[in-house]
Amino acid sequence: MVCMKPPILEVDAEVIKEDFPILSRQINGNPLVYLDNSATTQKPKQVIEAIDYYYRQCNANVHRGIYKISEEATLQYEAAHDKAAEFVNASGREEIIFTKNTTESINLLAYSLMQRLQRGDQIVLTQMEHHSNIVPWQYVARQTGAELKFLEIDKTGRLKSEWDKKITRKTKIVSVTHMSNVLGTINSVEEIGKVAKENDALFIVDGAQSVPHIPTDVKKIGCDFLAWSGHKMLGPTGIGVLFGRQDLLEDMPPFLYGGDMIKEVKFESARWNDLPWKFEAGTPNVAEAVGLSAAIDYLQRRVGMEGIMRHERELIRYVLDRLSEIKNIDIYGPKEPSQRGGLVSFNINHMHAHDLATLLDRDGIAIRGGHHCAMPLMGLLGIAGSARASFYIYNTKEEIDKLCEGIEKAKKLFKID
Amino acid sequence: MTENIDPNYAGEGIYRENILDHYQNPRNLGRIENPHINHKEFNPLCGDEIEIFLKLNSTKVVEVKFQGRGCAISQSAASMLTESLYGKTLEEIKNLTRDDIVEMLSIPIGPVRVKCAMLSLDTLKNGILIYEKYGGIGTDKE
Repeated sequence: MVCMKPPILEVDAEVIKEDFPILSRQINGNPLVYLDNSATTQKPKQVIEAIDYYYRQCNANVHRGIYKISEEATLQYEAAHDKAAEFVNASGREEIIFTKNTTESINLLAYSLMQRLQRGDQIVLTQMEHHSNIVPWQYVARQTGAELKFLEIDKTGRLKSEWDKKITRKTKIVSVTHMSNVLGTINSVEEIGKVAKENDALFIVDGAQSVPHIPTDVKKIGCDFLAWSGHKMLGPTGIGVLFGRQDLLEDMPPFLYGGDMIKEVKFESARWNDLPWKFEAGTPNVAEAVGLSAAIDYLQRRVGMEGIMRHERELIRYVLDRLSEIKNIDIYGPKEPSQRGGLVSFNINHMHAHDLATLLDRDGIAIRGGHHCAMPLMGLLGIAGSARASFYIYNTKEEIDKLCEGIEKAKKLFKID
Repeated sequence: MTENIDPNYAGEGIYRENILDHYQNPRNLGRIENPHINHKEFNPLCGDEIEIFLKLNSTKVVEVKFQGRGCAISQSAASMLTESLYGKTLEEIKNLTRDDIVEMLSIPIGPVRVKCAMLSLDTLKNGILIYEKYGGIGTDKE
């Protein structure tokens, strides 16, 4: 169906670039230098063709049809769950729920776990969380009378020591990001998970920035739930994943109600379907699941997660070196490359991130400027926003050089030293 | 690299000397004691902030000052806008549109940056609305 090219053992970004049609696009006469992978990633031909093939050859609704293409579509849809399970070392498809994105995955947990909480219970988050891992819990706290507590960060962007003191017997849920989309900080989720377990709290990991970039093993991490997005790992938009321990999911009420999540419906009542379908109401994003499957194949077979991690560590080491040579710059997050993932937020003094992003755009360089959906963190850092460059498998050191040249040009235009 | 720049492309021309000049040397920066209209607005999405002070003679603007911080587009738009207000009536100001602002900046501008450009006009218009409704000084928008 889709031809997989032979694997590359180490990430050779120049070779990989050729798999991505959009990366041969020119912006204003310049090649596109795409450095906004924390926001979303580009798609290789293999993923685009998988979705195209699905719509050309096997598109049908799933789970009900008795005709051939419906069986094919169903097999592919269900197999995508197996693939996602294997990708993070979950026990099987029963532990993999497909949602729209990470935000929806976390909302599912918020709504479904809400009934376990009562007044005085505590939900522990961190100060570096994305809005998707704060706002749903604010809602839960309002509805249940539970309290939110935030693990604090230090000046380097890492959790302050003695963070474990904040997780107590009153804690019912601990929900933390594996990798901050602003600071790049990689949190020691295994350690946090241990403390959560000691206090009988449920442990949720926001893997939106981590799962696409570093090998992730839910058994090793010891999390009860892990949420991530397909579009941040070369997959299409519109598909996210929630891993949940089977025994927990069995006990939890559904999030969305309707067709497909039931076994039997009478006028007054319904019986829920088996896992994971209990949590997948209505016609699912079948084509997107096929795309996600192709993306996992690409990452595992064409590149390899270990290779990706090494590649990004090289890039982050290089960009931190080059950015620190620039005068009048503030760089956020841990200084040590091994403590952070492949993204860096920074500010040029006296230049708003939006202005920098606009100027870099004229040279074909795409970075993000703004609050990165982490306004509380911005407030803590004392800034309204920042510029952010975030890397993936197709980015190179040459592109980092271009970024730095662009920054110097922008500084010159704004007459900043 | 720079030979075949499309002059209509937003990136190149957007920071023409004009914009940068107004950004780094804003006109009408300051405050007014006992203004007729005083209103402040903040765009939490990017941290741009504008505060407008107007002194009127009947319904005509005789003095205008502003305070602000944020990106080059929002601040330079505020500076240019305040320059254009002298002698205008409140009615004339209320009839200013997004097209007028874009023309004033005279650069092609994408939808995200239009919000930056519009902040000062929005602040001004809301200040006028409050003034007309309460017949007095506009309060800070919370």
